[in-house]
Amino acid sequence: MTRIGRRRAEVWFRRLSWSRIGEAVIENLIRLCGISAVLFVFGIFLFVFREGAGFLFDGLDIEKFLFTTEWYPTSRSNVRYGVGALIVGTFSVTVLAMAIAVPFGLGAAIFVSEFCGKKLREALKIVIELLAAIPSVVWGFIGLSVMNPLIQKVFNVPIGLNVFNGAILLALMSVPIMVSIGEDALKAVPDAYREAALALGATRWQIVYRVLLPAGKNGLLAAVLLGVGRAVGETMAVLMATGHAVNIPRTIFDPVRTLTATIAAELGEAPVGSDHYQVLFIIGILLFSITFAVNLTADLVVKGIRKKQ
Amino acid sequence: MRMLNNPWIKRAAIAAVVSTVTLSFGCGKKSGGEKGVTETIKSGEKKTIQNIGSDTMVNLAQAWAEEYAKIDPSVSVEVSGGGSGIGIAALINGTADVANASRRLEPEEIKRAKAQTGDKPREYMVAYDAISIFVHKDNPLNEISVDELAEIYKETGKITKWSQLGVTQLPGAKGDDIIRVNRQNNSGTYHYFREAVLGHNSDFKSGSLDMNGSKDVIDLVAKTPNAIAYAGLGYATEAVKVLKVSKKKGEPAIMPSIATTLDKSYPIARPMFMYTPGEPPEHVKKYLDWIHADAGQRVVEISGYIPLPSR
Amino acid sequence: MFVTTPFVRQKERRELFAKIFFGLMAAAMVLPLVLILTHLVYQAWPLLSWEFLSTNPTNGMRRGGIWSAILGTIYLVGLSLFVSAPIGVFAAVYLNEYARDNWLTRIINLAVVNLAGVPSIVHALFGLGAFVLFAGIGRSILAASLTLAIMTLPVIIASTKEALGAVPRSFREACWNLGATRWQTIRRIVLPNSISGILTGVILQVSRTAGETAPVMFTGAVFFKKIEEGELFAYAITDQCMALSMHLYTVTTQVTNTPEALPYAIAVVLLATVLLVNAVSISIRVYIRSRKKW
Repeated sequence: MTRIGRRRAEVWFRRLSWSRIGEAVIENLIRLCGISAVLFVFGIFLFVFREGAGFLFDGLDIEKFLFTTEWYPTSRSNVRYGVGALIVGTFSVTVLAMAIAVPFGLGAAIFVSEFCGKKLREALKIVIELLAAIPSVVWGFIGLSVMNPLIQKVFNVPIGLNVFNGAILLALMSVPIMVSIGEDALKAVPDAYREAALALGATRWQIVYRVLLPAGKNGLLAAVLLGVGRAVGETMAVLMATGHAVNIPRTIFDPVRTLTATIAAELGEAPVGSDHYQVLFIIGILLFSITFAVNLTADLVVKGIRKKQ
Repeated sequence: MRMLNNPWIKRAAIAAVVSTVTLSFGCGKKSGGEKGVTETIKSGEKKTIQNIGSDTMVNLAQAWAEEYAKIDPSVSVEVSGGGSGIGIAALINGTADVANASRRLEPEEIKRAKAQTGDKPREYMVAYDAISIFVHKDNPLNEISVDELAEIYKETGKITKWSQLGVTQLPGAKGDDIIRVNRQNNSGTYHYFREAVLGHNSDFKSGSLDMNGSKDVIDLVAKTPNAIAYAGLGYATEAVKVLKVSKKKGEPAIMPSIATTLDKSYPIARPMFMYTPGEPPEHVKKYLDWIHADAGQRVVEISGYIPLPSR
Repeated sequence: MFVTTPFVRQKERRELFAKIFFGLMAAAMVLPLVLILTHLVYQAWPLLSWEFLSTNPTNGMRRGGIWSAILGTIYLVGLSLFVSAPIGVFAAVYLNEYARDNWLTRIINLAVVNLAGVPSIVHALFGLGAFVLFAGIGRSILAASLTLAIMTLPVIIASTKEALGAVPRSFREACWNLGATRWQTIRRIVLPNSISGILTGVILQVSRTAGETAPVMFTGAVFFKKIEEGELFAYAITDQCMALSMHLYTVTTQVTNTPEALPYAIAVVLLATVLLVNAVSISIRVYIRSRKKW
């Protein structure tokens, strides 16, 4: 081998190893970041669980915890940790919110994807994005200062901070996600279906409920589920707008309290490590599990659609 | 070689920029602090006082902090609320220099603090607060007794309608139900009210609207004809009506005020405290002395609380 | 020639009805946005001024401005993006460029979806448990930003993935054929071609982060903290800070005798920040789309 040849080989070798090392570092970093999401989800569960575990396994009567409605975490004489009323509160607000949001959200999704021109569609999508961007504390403030007196006056009820108020806010907050996911689902319905229906003389109205809704039902279901997930986990808006009363509602105009709001209101004051503090973390585990299940279902539903196509 | 190095040089440059940015972020305070030192060279380095605790006192504590910043710019008082519970917890953990509490420390808490910090917490009474009863401004009711309050709020209480209090004409009201406005269950005001009105070992009735702050309480009462609520006198506004309170039905009802609190005729008034973990350092001591002095007590009066009598 | 028979007319009527019906559903979303914005701005008008933005709160937060809260929010947002943007972008690069279709990828995707669905208050619990207590950082800007960073991560991953996916596969193939490695292709071809899309997603995240309340409430935001006006480095990352969202919450629930307009004004400033950032990101996106050649 000549000197020049050896030198060339050396440079080549050095360049190779340098870039190899660099690339290996970067690629491992990328891989690590890729896995980070998994680590964080685990981390969240782990740390929330860790703070609540002591009391969860030793001291808390799980049956009483879930199925009684007496929430007296700071009582002097008779401490009771029953989140039944809070669960009912969370679900009543969520269900009513969905009852409002689903027709409007899906209707809007149908309008955006089927009925309007390109310009209007873009404009509407921007509005939806802006609607989605309004922070929850601002929604809560609106509920407290605008909706409260309005509901009192319009529905002639003694208090405007109630299930209905929270549900309207939650509906407005979860409509954007429903519209955008729902629109995607409708877009995924092949145009051939629409054309076939048109050729048979169907009106667009008929196309919507005879063709699009059945064909896109999984995607629309996923949209609704994601809306539910959002509504269950929402904190500040319901904290400020539902009245924050431990109460099983009899009408939609009764105040309630939700799981999320309870954590937000009481965590700051519960001494670290106390039973009360741990119970709040256990509520966190409960919430995490609920939203996990909802999101998982939504994800499986979406996957189901993809597989079919 | 150039080809080889080029991306690395670039990368190094990026890294340098990034780390500079990080450092400038991280050292931001330090450079700011240095500037502060040159400005207030005589009073020495800028010191902070972590002041955590009672929501009832947070407005007052904030007013003190703000006023004190004018007098001694070398000390920065950081105020956060959250409730007496969190203040005391911070005191026990040693993360607060001064804890605000609208109740006295319980013996068990003193023991825990002592175990953590090795010294007994020092107590400073800084002001009084008269817990006032609020109703909507159109409510014809003028006075209420402590017993009636207990019947309204207690778990086993029997009063749920305004007519049971003799109020039959409630302008603007929808229905006859009393809407109980309460505080969240670890606030010092909640604890005090439970102790002083409901009685030892009693609990509140579920279903009250548990507000997060006293301001919230007042706002809600102002908008809700059916509501009744309690909060510190400092929170009273023109939009709500303050009730006179008597110890028992038939006894004279007293309006909460500075005079009636100090002569102890108003039945539901309480002292407010600041605690330090052990003997306070010089700058904290100076702050607490200033609070006890005329200037500090004037802030108390302006903020709507009741100053100490010893002036 | 077509003749409009009653049947056709009925069909057209139905068609129109359907359009109006769904149009109204869509309008039901636009209307609240417009009403809310006008109402808030109308109520806040008397207080809005440059001074309101640039001075600290005084008189027990009843007078003065909201400078310390604005600065706190800037710190929280900046630091959280500083953490979440690189991790999020890299994670998206991994998912889009490296990952094969196997169980690990499926789990990662599932984790991203679930991370996005974790309620903000649970993030707060996590931040408190992990950063404030376990890691011993204490309540501070750092702890709050890290909490926010994890919260915003899935959205950055999703938007970056979308941007990366928009780069045609032929670009990559051309580059590989020239002998470039995977990473070289990513750095030279994929990232430059999608950078604006990535940035849009990151910018959008700013607005999400700025509005969050629950996660910062227990990890780093305070009721009141006095800082130097006009000083940009007034907070250290180990300090606690005020934040706009938290300030709105405390002013609405705890500070008495405030001017009627004060909470409205804070809400408007918060909203304006959020919507402005959104508008910027949207217009960048529209611009990119109009310019895209492939």
